[in-house]
Amino acid sequence: MPPTSHPEAKNMTGTDETSCEPVIKLDKLVKFFGRFAALRGISESFVAEQLYVVVGDNGAGKSTLLRVVAGLTQPSQGSVTLLGACNIRNVAHSVGYMGHAPLLYDELSGMENLRYFAGLYGIADDSVCRAAMRQVGLDPKLQRRVGQYSQGMRQRLSLARAVLHDPKLILLDEPFSNVDAHSAREMATVLGQVRDRGKTIFVVTHQTALMEPVADEFVQMSEGKIVSRSRQRPSPQSSTLSSELERI
Amino acid sequence: MLVSSISVTRSTLLKDIRLEWRSKDAINSMLFFSLLVVVIFSFAFNPNAEESRRIAGGLIWVAFLFAAVVALNQTWARELRNQVLDAYRVSPAPPNALFLAKAVGNFLFVTILELLMAPLFVVFYQLRSEGPLWQLVVVALLGTWALVVNGTFFAALSIRTRNREIMLPLILFPISIPALLAMVDTTTIVLTGDGTPDFWLKMLLVYDVVFTLVCLLLFESVLNAE
Amino acid sequence: MKYLNIGFIIFTLALLGFSTYQALFVAPTEQTMGDVQRIFYYHAPTAWVAGVCFFVNFLASIAYLWKRSLNADALAAASAEVGVVFCTIVLITGPIWAKPVWGIWWTWEARLTSTLVLWLIYVSYLILRRFAVGSQTQTLAAALAIFGFVDVPIVYMSIRWFRTQHPQPVIAGGQGSGLDPVMWHAFLWNLLAFTCVGIAFIVTRYRLQKLENEVEAAHAQRAIAGGVQ
Repeated sequence: MPPTSHPEAKNMTGTDETSCEPVIKLDKLVKFFGRFAALRGISESFVAEQLYVVVGDNGAGKSTLLRVVAGLTQPSQGSVTLLGACNIRNVAHSVGYMGHAPLLYDELSGMENLRYFAGLYGIADDSVCRAAMRQVGLDPKLQRRVGQYSQGMRQRLSLARAVLHDPKLILLDEPFSNVDAHSAREMATVLGQVRDRGKTIFVVTHQTALMEPVADEFVQMSEGKIVSRSRQRPSPQSSTLSSELERI
Repeated sequence: MLVSSISVTRSTLLKDIRLEWRSKDAINSMLFFSLLVVVIFSFAFNPNAEESRRIAGGLIWVAFLFAAVVALNQTWARELRNQVLDAYRVSPAPPNALFLAKAVGNFLFVTILELLMAPLFVVFYQLRSEGPLWQLVVVALLGTWALVVNGTFFAALSIRTRNREIMLPLILFPISIPALLAMVDTTTIVLTGDGTPDFWLKMLLVYDVVFTLVCLLLFESVLNAE
Repeated sequence: MKYLNIGFIIFTLALLGFSTYQALFVAPTEQTMGDVQRIFYYHAPTAWVAGVCFFVNFLASIAYLWKRSLNADALAAASAEVGVVFCTIVLITGPIWAKPVWGIWWTWEARLTSTLVLWLIYVSYLILRRFAVGSQTQTLAAALAIFGFVDVPIVYMSIRWFRTQHPQPVIAGGQGSGLDPVMWHAFLWNLLAFTCVGIAFIVTRYRLQKLENEVEAAHAQRAIAGGVQ
């Protein structure tokens, strides 16, 4: 039985009222790549302190949605309001993003990578970087260059990079790809703990079974639109390859 | 929370130097390429002939230009590997700090190449300076910055095109013609001791100031154009 | 609007006919160069129009970066293309003039050289427009256009200084060459005619670009409503 947390319950335990305010508001969001509409008019709100799992077939627009929210891609039409701000650049210090690609420098070690990215957020303290590495299960003393990491270690370091500045909103694009089952389960647990500390998390993934214990809401996308939002894990009805593989 | 531009510029510059040192990607091939260029030019333009000393100015700067373009293309290539540029763009760090760090890094790199290629030219062409050498040094520095500041900007532009490697020289060369003219003419003036490069010094200064400003004004739009 | 356009084009053609008549028949033959000098009535006005086109491109590019208006970008594209065409005409009429007068096809004199550099800059702009990917094209092109135009005065100054140090034969009369009043007359008619030709081309090309934008927008609306392409 998934221990979901209801926003109303949170309020009754005395946390701040703003947890009912939408942290993300999308208004008629459209994104084109040439003539292809990756996002076809999305109007949704998402409240804070929840773990949202974004699912859907390939090409549904999940990664594009995340990139638009992160401010990496400008919408073709419509608007995004993030943490109350219309201009995403103004709240960049409260947003953490983990992309499909590792977003790391192969020739630097783990700590060197984190130290550099921490500097971009104005964090000069090494202990923050060390704590972030430990939190994802990596050894801060490791001198090995990231290029020689296993895929699982790379994903974990990328996650550490995304959260080391303690952002209020965390956007993760396929964090479990090519990660072994054990590490993936650990990462999922860590995400739940981060959400419990009051953060809002969006995870794009195909591995819904993995996220079920910690997810608050499953957001299903198809062909550039959000087609359903529910607390239940969506059943793999369509016989697409990804859902077939998932059942294996 | 405002992130200090200077500290981001410095940390990015140091990071780039460290990356360059560790991978030795660009450096080794660049050094060899520069040597090749000097040698090929020496075969093409017979260095023993008296006239060739008068065109040495042109030869040297064209050689630097081609070597610099290869170096400039590398700078942003590193940020595209693993899409790590996204991590910078998502952060609150100011885009201009990134630009300055890249431009200064390129400037150092191209200057090192020039310091390596110049003695080769002097030796191969038996060059002697009739005029004050300090003028040549000043113009070399100003001219290199002129090439590098626009080159860094245009390299960022050209990585978003379908034929990235050739696009950079295509858009950089025409706009750099005044700077090239300045550097070539000054080199000739100083080597032959004939005339004064004052005008070129002033022109390069204006060029550097104007284009550095334009780059800083427009970089953010280009970085976030997606 | 359409009839205004057609009317303007007819007017322009008539004007061009009149100015050509002025250039070829009314204006007196030049003393030293003979009839070849009549190219001046094409060479100089086209240079002027090219310059105006690039200035329009500069303003339109700034307008695009400021307002993100696709119409501004359409104007930038149109004016750059027309400017390059006129610039090409200058670079062709120059040698046609130079050969009979100086016996050489090309002379590296200040104005011709500067025009060549201008041509190079804007051809590179057109190439960038062609090879940029997606919706970034407008932003990247606008940025390059600003660089290009800011460079223009610097190019002229540098080349002129270089040429005063190392002189070359000059096309179209150096300093102090006056124009006979009738010649001046013919020159002004041609200036007006070519400006109108330039405007006609820019407007047509601009409307074409706007149509293309509208087609893209229609496709886009269909993509939003209908489904995956």
